[in-house]
Amino acid sequence: MSVVSEYRLLLRPKWLAAWRRASSARSRLGRIVLLGALGAAAWPVVYLTLVRFLAALRQVEDIGPLLASRLLALGLLIFFGLLLLSNVIGALSGFFLARDLPALRATPVDGLSIYLARLTETLVSSSWMVLLILIPVLAAYARVFDAGVVFLPISLGALIPFLLIPAALGSAFTLLLVRVFPARRSRDILLVAGLGGIAVLVLVLRVLRPERLVNPESYRNLVEFLESLRGPSSPWLPSQWTADALVGGLEGGSDFLTWLLLWSTAAGLTTLGAALHGRLYPTCFTRAQEGDEQRVRRSGGTALLERLLSRLAVRRRELVLKDIRTFFRDTTQWSQLIILAVLVVVYVYNMSALPLNAGTTISRYLTTLVLFLNLALTGFVVAAIAGRFVFPAFSLEGRTLWLLRSSPVEAGEVLKSKFWTGLLPLGFLALILTVLTNLVLDVPPVLFGLSIVSIVLITASFTAQALAWGVYFPVFESENAAQIPTSIGGLLYMLGALASLGLVVLCQGWALRDYFISGLPGRAPRSVAISEAVVALALTFGLTMIGVFGSLWAAEARIESRRSG
Amino acid sequence: MIELVSLTKRYGEFVAVDALSLSVPEGRITGLLGPNGAGKTTTLRMIAGILEPDSGEVRIGGLDMAREPLATRSMLGFVPDRPFVYEKLTGGELLRFTAGLHGMSGSVVETRIDELLELWDLVSWKDQLVESYSHGMRQKLILSSALVHAPRVLVIDEPMVGLDPRSARILKDLLREFADRGGTVLVSTHTLELAEVLCDQMAIIDHGQIAVAGTMADLRRAAESSEAGLEQLFLRITRGATDLRIASLLDALG
Ligand SMILES: Nc1ncnc2c1ncn2[C@@H]1O[C@H](COP(=O)(O)OP(=O)(O)OP(=O)(O)O)[C@@H](O)[C@H]1O
Ligand SMILES: [Mg+2]
Repeated sequence: MSVVSEYRLLLRPKWLAAWRRASSARSRLGRIVLLGALGAAAWPVVYLTLVRFLAALRQVEDIGPLLASRLLALGLLIFFGLLLLSNVIGALSGFFLARDLPALRATPVDGLSIYLARLTETLVSSSWMVLLILIPVLAAYARVFDAGVVFLPISLGALIPFLLIPAALGSAFTLLLVRVFPARRSRDILLVAGLGGIAVLVLVLRVLRPERLVNPESYRNLVEFLESLRGPSSPWLPSQWTADALVGGLEGGSDFLTWLLLWSTAAGLTTLGAALHGRLYPTCFTRAQEGDEQRVRRSGGTALLERLLSRLAVRRRELVLKDIRTFFRDTTQWSQLIILAVLVVVYVYNMSALPLNAGTTISRYLTTLVLFLNLALTGFVVAAIAGRFVFPAFSLEGRTLWLLRSSPVEAGEVLKSKFWTGLLPLGFLALILTVLTNLVLDVPPVLFGLSIVSIVLITASFTAQALAWGVYFPVFESENAAQIPTSIGGLLYMLGALASLGLVVLCQGWALRDYFISGLPGRAPRSVAISEAVVALALTFGLTMIGVFGSLWAAEARIESRRSG
Repeated sequence: MIELVSLTKRYGEFVAVDALSLSVPEGRITGLLGPNGAGKTTTLRMIAGILEPDSGEVRIGGLDMAREPLATRSMLGFVPDRPFVYEKLTGGELLRFTAGLHGMSGSVVETRIDELLELWDLVSWKDQLVESYSHGMRQKLILSSALVHAPRVLVIDEPMVGLDPRSARILKDLLREFADRGGTVLVSTHTLELAEVLCDQMAIIDHGQIAVAGTMADLRRAAESSEAGLEQLFLRITRGATDLRIASLLDALG
């Protein structure tokens, strides 16, 4: 068989599985309605917001279009980092952990076919979400910059290598890591992937330098500001080439060299990846089969944990202990805590870099606004983290669900223990974030208190929502917890969580509207009235409790009804 | 002890278990036999409370499973056909976890865990992660986890999968002793020899219905051939294709 026909053959079962999952009789109607509602809600929002924003930007003399293209490059840079990370995680599953690999390796299929098929799989599973977000974004650019229909093939031509490069890079990286680290040290792989993620984040932070945007005076003059915008941000990054190619397409002229660079890099990396794969894969695959560390030693941490939990009822204690143990022994899980820690540092650093304490009226008003934004942003961070860690909780039970179902435990008990094991660390993290940023921002006491209570409530709501979405859209086939949130259910959860966050923020904004107005220039500034804070708090409490109990109730009902299916 | 009353389970249009009624008495080992896809696993999963029947009733110890799911399940030890358990727990932790699900903990459980692991020669594996266990070792571990809370009823889907001869022997003795002490055992199996030596009574199911049920003598009578072994009996009852064209099939394959 030729490589091409083998390649098609290897991908066929995946296509079929994906197609059948999507079109299975039971899920069809619900899914169509859901996805329809989703598309109807999310895309136009992104598109219209961007169109307005870009149109306004375009009016700005000189720097407007520049800023717009700069923004595109920045967005693509962030996506590039995310794509690298998710491709490393995806390649670990596809090339080394997938359950069909042993049988596949026993067949006389060409190694190149396996490489290409798995590369495609990795690419698709890691990139579809980015692609989904890019569609309305690029459409908005095309609209505002009056690009014709030709922009469509141009976008496709630029995006294919843009997605292929991180896929080839990530797969090769994973291969090398499995090669370098003996045995099934997915721990180390993800550690290094985590470090890679950190590097990307730091890079993004350096390129962003958000404090400068807020404080243009830090540039000596406009010319310098323009100068800093005009130069290519990072001529070595494929995301920049993609941005150049796209911007070229928008302006009607394209630089041949950019296209050459983009496509030759993609082709070169894929070829290189194939060669590496041919040489290293057999050894690496064998290594990946060995078990992780074997014997589990009882450490002081475990003893302390057991002591702490000894007050709980037996069932709950054992459920919680099991969840904690399996979490910390699964390296695809805990290693990502590193990324989390960095995220927190970056976040607090960004807050402290804001030039807010200059003492002017405008900066005082900005502080209140930022304080508010802080709630939204912290909420966003917590939502993402809950998506990463809580959403997969039910999916991970998958094959072992029979044990829980045939035992005298109620679904509600299992859910509650998962809820608490998720909420405690998440709530702790959210608290740290809020307290630190509030200290940095020098927030008055009443607002300080309000934001602390709010964030804990919001975290509880996110935890429950992530659990519930995970129950409704479980991914039982995955061997890799890090990959589960990249499913459609993960996306739906994220949208739902953000919508609920928006609602909370809106309600608080409404409750505190008079206070905000009082902070405007020319008004008499005053502090927040207790009554205002109480109203804000009550609204937050009501909304988040609906989130918590509604989600848990829905999840329980779903688990109970799954028995009949 | 276990009463199945016209139990029915459909997968879409397909009827996997069709108005099946069966009574499994205490102090006996009951075998569930039948060709592939007959509905054995589906039936056992309904008894274990993993699947809900579309209609019909499961009663355990006189209690209705649908009305008192927790009480019925706490009498039960279940072993599924495929040994999937938490890979990232150790053997000891898994057993402690199962006991905990039944609300049991403390030194009683610890001694019981040690006894069970001793029985299977798994003591040195107690603190190893399950992911490094072999297939047979997992099976032994799951058998232990079904026993750790001292159930009154054992439901085992294909008990001998992966077990070596010595362990298979231990399991046979164990089930016999369990039944002799008044426990109820329901196993599904394909191994006719096993059924013949192990089970006190049998039910052969086909297309989701009981074809025949009773002791060996009853079954022989039903098949109207007093001398035939269980295999002939089984093939006749399930209308098995005795004229399998194996030779010609292999010829065709070259
Ligand atoms: N999840 C499912 N969806 C649809 N059909 C199913 C499902 N599980 C089982 N079936 C069907 O139900 C019937 C009974 O299956 P079951 O697993 O109970 O058979 P079994 O007697 O245990 O077979 P075996 O001896 O092969 O283990 C089979 O025809 C099977 O195709
Ligand atoms: Mg079966």
